[in-house]
Amino acid sequence: MYSFDFARPTSVADAVAALGQEDAQALSGGQTLIPTLKQRLASPSVLVSLSAIADLKGVSAEGGTLSIGAGTTHATVAAEAGAYPALAELAGQIGDPAVRNRGTIGGSIANNDPSACYPAAALGSGATIVTNSREIAADDYFQGMFTTALEEGEIITAVRFPIPEKAAYIKFQQPASRFALVGVYVSKGAGGVRVAVTGASNDGVFRWSEAEAALAGDFSAGAVEGLAAPSGADMISDLHGSGDYRAHLVKVLTKRAVAKANG
Amino acid sequence: MKTTLTVNGEAHEVTHDPRRSLLDTLRDDLRLTGTKKGCDHGQCGACTVLLNGERVNSCLCLTAMHDGDEVTTIEGIGSPERLSALQKAFVEKDGYQCGFCTPGQIMSATAMLREISEGAPSYVSDDLEVPKLTDTEMAERMSGNLCRCSAYPLIREAIAMASEVSQ
Ligand SMILES: Cc1cc2nc3c(=O)[nH]c(=O)nc-3n(C[C@H](O)[C@H](O)[C@H](O)COP(=O)(O)OP(=O)(O)OC[C@H]3O[C@@H](n4cnc5c(N)ncnc54)[C@H](O)[C@@H]3O)c2cc1C
Ligand code: FES
Ligand code: FES
Repeated sequence: MYSFDFARPTSVADAVAALGQEDAQALSGGQTLIPTLKQRLASPSVLVSLSAIADLKGVSAEGGTLSIGAGTTHATVAAEAGAYPALAELAGQIGDPAVRNRGTIGGSIANNDPSACYPAAALGSGATIVTNSREIAADDYFQGMFTTALEEGEIITAVRFPIPEKAAYIKFQQPASRFALVGVYVSKGAGGVRVAVTGASNDGVFRWSEAEAALAGDFSAGAVEGLAAPSGADMISDLHGSGDYRAHLVKVLTKRAVAKANG
Repeated sequence: MKTTLTVNGEAHEVTHDPRRSLLDTLRDDLRLTGTKKGCDHGQCGACTVLLNGERVNSCLCLTAMHDGDEVTTIEGIGSPERLSALQKAFVEKDGYQCGFCTPGQIMSATAMLREISEGAPSYVSDDLEVPKLTDTEMAERMSGNLCRCSAYPLIREAIAMASEVSQ
């Protein structure tokens, strides 16, 4: 690691102030950032740990909305997000138990790894990303691989999910890390049908609009059957699978996710 | 900088660089070398300790984040004269070959048996109310702890044995 200073504020306001310093960076669970620092792929001047800010932690459900503090761990979401079972199930399948005891939803959404699970849930549910200064709709928030609408020094404080009538996430997992080789999140609720895909595109999480249109009239696996899989030309190609293979998985997993959502 | 930790019931104040991982603090500053460094990147589980009772990879914790926290390492759950039920079962069942992953396996299993006893389901649980300690359930719940020697079947037998003892 390159050297850095360390701050551990206890309020959002103090964290935002500390992040105002040049090249400061937020640290949440550290499950992504600490390995990145060890590989010398990041060189913050000061790390601002969010772990001592009580206001960033907790899960609450009210009037059809589930709010999760940015500093809430995957293990806590798995255990406490019973009001939105598809989301709780997704959280319980991230990495392994030790990773889930440290990694947080805010860190995952801020990082926007193209193979991460939470971005699919946020986009696939039409969630709202709440920061210290504004609220951002998931549709505007995710802007490509590792790229988001967050400004320099802005921190996520919470993620708000409208609880849909039906939802499911299916992940074809990379067996070692459990990241999504491809993951599909479908939901049907007041805002219509959403199909969000992670792990596949070089542009990060995206909505498969053809499938959404087909499912809007007929929310069944059969409605997806007749569609052509999205093009594999721009999809991630690596030792785990080619772009065409991932494109194929998008369609297969969408059908399975719809069937699962229908119970 | 300075951080105060309670490790295996004993308070320690350590002076360290902000870059220090909890794993390096335990091994190099406190000389508790039972906790192992396999990958140093959160992939193998050799460095598993209990942090405020929950299992974590100590290589992915910065000591600076844990002022005031409680840590339990393999040295804190038993001694050669007084082995914990899991430690005894690993010896009895030969739940290892080289032994490098063993402290992490035992710490992780210690937390896992508690999680099951509290009724926490995993995504492979058939019964969400009362999860059972099947092989599938154990494999899933121990998925963060790799064993390069592939002693997995005996590790599971040891965990099953220890869980019977504790019931
Ligand atoms: C072995 C292993 C397996 C994994 N498997 C999976 C998996 O199956 N699926 C999956 O989705 N993920 C997986 N992960 C990643 C894991 O979920 C991480 O916890 C997550 O990506 C980052 O969360 P964190 O809290 O650890 O963030 P950190 O590592 O602390 O931070 C990540 C980034 O987010 C920024 N940040 C953190 N919090 C905020 C905030 N509140 N506001 C603004 N910026 C912030 C940081 O500055 C940093 O750039 C895995 C990780 C490991 C080590
Ligand atoms: S050394 Fe920490 S997980 Fe491998
Ligand atoms: S016993 Fe050798 S790594 Fe597990």
